[in-house]
Amino acid sequence: MNSLADQLLVLCLLINFAVLGTSRLAFSVRSVAVQGVLLGVLPALVHPFSWHLAFIVVSIVLVKGALIPTLIIRAIKKAEIEREFSPFIGYIPSLVLGALFTSLAFIFAAKLPLAPEHEGLLVVPAAAATLMCGFLVLMGRRKAISQVLGYLLMENGIFLFGLLLADAMPVMVEAGALLDLLVGIFVMGIVINHISREFSSIDTSRLSALREE
Amino acid sequence: MMWALVLLPLFGAALTWLVPDNRRRAWVLPVVSLAHLAITATLIAEAPAASPGGWILLDALGKLVLAGNSILFTVCSLYAVGYLAYRLKRPNRVLCASLLVCLSATSLVAISHHLGLLWIALEATTLTMAPLIYFNHNARSIEATWKYLLICSVGIAIALLGLFFLAYSTIVAKQEVTLLLPTLIGNAAALHPGWRHAAFIFLLVGFGSKMGLAPLHTWKPDAYGEAPGLVGALLAGGLVNCALLALLRVYQIAVASTEGALFQQVLLVMGLVSMAFAAVFMARQSDFKRMLAYSSVEHVGIITVALGLGKGALFAGLLHMINNSLTKGVLFLSCGNIHRAYNSKSTQFVRGAIRRTPWSGALFMAAFLAITGSPPFAPFVSEFLIVSSAFGQGNHVTGALFLLFLALIFIGMASTVLPVVLGEVPKDLERTRYRDAFPTVFPPLILMGIVLVLGVWIPEPLRVLLHDAAALLGGEA
Repeated sequence: MNSLADQLLVLCLLINFAVLGTSRLAFSVRSVAVQGVLLGVLPALVHPFSWHLAFIVVSIVLVKGALIPTLIIRAIKKAEIEREFSPFIGYIPSLVLGALFTSLAFIFAAKLPLAPEHEGLLVVPAAAATLMCGFLVLMGRRKAISQVLGYLLMENGIFLFGLLLADAMPVMVEAGALLDLLVGIFVMGIVINHISREFSSIDTSRLSALREE
Repeated sequence: MMWALVLLPLFGAALTWLVPDNRRRAWVLPVVSLAHLAITATLIAEAPAASPGGWILLDALGKLVLAGNSILFTVCSLYAVGYLAYRLKRPNRVLCASLLVCLSATSLVAISHHLGLLWIALEATTLTMAPLIYFNHNARSIEATWKYLLICSVGIAIALLGLFFLAYSTIVAKQEVTLLLPTLIGNAAALHPGWRHAAFIFLLVGFGSKMGLAPLHTWKPDAYGEAPGLVGALLAGGLVNCALLALLRVYQIAVASTEGALFQQVLLVMGLVSMAFAAVFMARQSDFKRMLAYSSVEHVGIITVALGLGKGALFAGLLHMINNSLTKGVLFLSCGNIHRAYNSKSTQFVRGAIRRTPWSGALFMAAFLAITGSPPFAPFVSEFLIVSSAFGQGNHVTGALFLLFLALIFIGMASTVLPVVLGEVPKDLERTRYRDAFPTVFPPLILMGIVLVLGVWIPEPLRVLLHDAAALLGGEA
């Protein structure tokens, strides 16, 4: 792994904090998209060239960098909201927790029984930290769109771990997983649209009619 | 031939998209699913060899799930024609297409022998179900869809991480890096124990949330309660089996490794916890569709307990998987009819269904008796075998708890079902357009017939299939 790849990983970690600390939804969407593009480029830096690799890089950049953000931005426009108001976990606590999770991820990764060729890499701690930050956004926000963003962050974290396995994953599996993700976001976008029409808000804390007494 | 199982329904989905008329479109469903059933039958009679590369293979476990799903889907698609005739005003293009894509994805789950492919197919089933749950387009159904989509997506993402861990354990152990099932089973004992252990936990959580094992079942009552009866039947009888098959694949690897006993212990506890949850929440349910969701949690728990017990209980557990899926079909379809007839699913208004809808009421009653384990229906046989296997292994605590939960659940479910079926029809209740008629009564009647026959006689081919499948899981062949 070269130093450029490490710098990109550090950038990924910083993007986690950008998402944790902002209330502006469009900014969050773009941050997550940039993270997705960085992840798409990473395999190209780590592994030698092959057509398999080129296909994966292009499709990830296309899906995570262009298609998914377009879908979400469109949902934001239709729902006519710009900001996340009064999240369950505030922005400052989110940032503190995010920092805590990130440091824990580094301590944890140092203790993992990694393969010798992967020891001392930033990939594993970055994956764990991104996963945890994704969870934090998923749990801590009210708006349906923020929850989708949390899910995407989580997915990015899982994907980062998958970098270690790039040789093991057949191209069909990667493409299939990516397609599932895209369709998933597409369906979520439609559902968000219907939520905003039905409740005139996409605040998921209003989705409480089915609560068990 | 194998690919026809996946491609035919996709072709059918494209066809439903092109048919402009709501009434005629529904007829595509039974045509495609009957063809699917015919292909399934020929493939089960004579399974072709593995595809080059070994990704696609129909083994005994896959055959069981495939057969169960194909039968259930055929019955549901026959029912759909009658059901959609009552709801012609609501556009059904998305419903019909999603149903067929779902059939395609469930078939792919059954035949894939590569865990990555299996994961993709399972995720696809999750996504195709979302528009189906949202069919009624109201505030309650959108809430249910959102919860379902989010919880299941996150769950299945965790399962993907588990798969990555499993693949990574092959790297650390310097084995051939692959997610092909036979290779993984062959190398299971040599995989790196730490990563393998983590993989099992993540996969259990991921697939467990899709199956609805307690405490990961929170989406289930909402989704089952708000989806149309026909979709509920497919969720509880079809998708549950797909997720279960994914878990069984993990089980195969676990049993082949050194961690089999621990994995079984965890399954046993999770199964009993699910039954306990169901027993608590089943009582005093005022919504009879939500009650069925807890019944689903219970039966997923029962199957998991059987897996946890291992050995002789595996045969019973697999039999219960089939029995549960067929009986759930009857329950959801008949309860969908009752829902139509009263335009409500609250036990406050729905009473005396046996008078208003004699056939559906009687079917609901019979299926209730069957699912709670009353003889002579099929679930009695499988539940009895599981209990006797628990006591036979000397696991008295499990056996006793199992019986206790079954009794509590019987009482809880009876207190809801009996008034719904046998109570007095409220006087000032309007009649709806729905009457019991052949198209909506005959399909669940077929399923009920199968449940009854399986209770007294298990055909020889099925017995052989169940034994082969149990042998794959390390049971007594």
